[in-house]
Amino acid sequence: MRNEARRGSEGYLAGARAGLPFALVAGVVAISFGALARSLDWGVLAPIVFSVITFSVAAQFAVAAVLGAGGGAFAAIAAAVLLNARFLPMGMAVAPFLKGGPLRRALEGQTILTTSWALASRGGGRFDRAFMIGATVPQYVAWTVGTAIGVLADNIVGDVERLGLDVIFPAFFLALLVRELKSGGKRTIAATAIAAALAAALVPIAPPSVPVLAACGAALLGLKRRSS
Amino acid sequence: MSTLWVAIVAVTLANVAIKAAGPILAGGRELPPRVNDVIALLTPALLTALVVTETFGEGDHLALDERALGIGVAAVALALRAPVLLAVVLAALATALARLLS
Repeated sequence: MRNEARRGSEGYLAGARAGLPFALVAGVVAISFGALARSLDWGVLAPIVFSVITFSVAAQFAVAAVLGAGGGAFAAIAAAVLLNARFLPMGMAVAPFLKGGPLRRALEGQTILTTSWALASRGGGRFDRAFMIGATVPQYVAWTVGTAIGVLADNIVGDVERLGLDVIFPAFFLALLVRELKSGGKRTIAATAIAAALAAALVPIAPPSVPVLAACGAALLGLKRRSS
Repeated sequence: MSTLWVAIVAVTLANVAIKAAGPILAGGRELPPRVNDVIALLTPALLTALVVTETFGEGDHLALDERALGIGVAAVALALRAPVLLAVVLAALATALARLLS
């Protein structure tokens, strides 16, 4: 029992360590979010509370973009919800590996971040629950602290894109995709090809984030009987 | 309540609900094998879509820019069996450098 408990905490710690480089990036992006909120006259409290209770890079930038362009609350909420709808399929993918009853699983599901979710994937659709939760913790701390710094300090980061930080995420997802392709069979390759085609085809015609959601449809290949 | 606070509270509630839905719906019970197969394929499908949209998506059109160069560098590094972290850092460096020069 003690052994098992120790192994458990090691899983969280390993996840936290793996999350550290992403926490660094989250901190830099959070500072730029704080600076953006400051430029929109959001005051000190609102952006920090936003980061503490929502903790979503995409949703928070979407709200800032819509409200900043003079849009209303409804448009801002719709944009953010659409962007975060990807957490639904992500939550379904990790669901079998979460612990406890519905309430506990729902709570553990709150630690789903795109990066943590990807870090915790073990190939073949398996996930390491403790690793995901552990990886989220340092990113959450960096996100909230970074937002506070950005709101309170002058813009010290400048343009995040100039540093090439925006490609860190797709590069990391590509690395994990390569691993999925190595451990998966023909169906994984086919699903990947279909997902890529769907996403690319929908970018020009669908609102942001719809391509990502629609590409999940490629997973329906799983309904087909395995040929082997 | 101001528009901003309405948006903050509503987005937070929606976010919590979305993150709770998957674990409640698909966890805690044995699912038919075919459903499990679909869920297992969600991971590569989502990763693919994220790579494609974040590399080539530029608002409402596809673009071939410095990001694609960075991701290309990462792909080569991964093909040469570079560690993940190195591939990611090389991607950011290549993109930053290309933007500096352009």
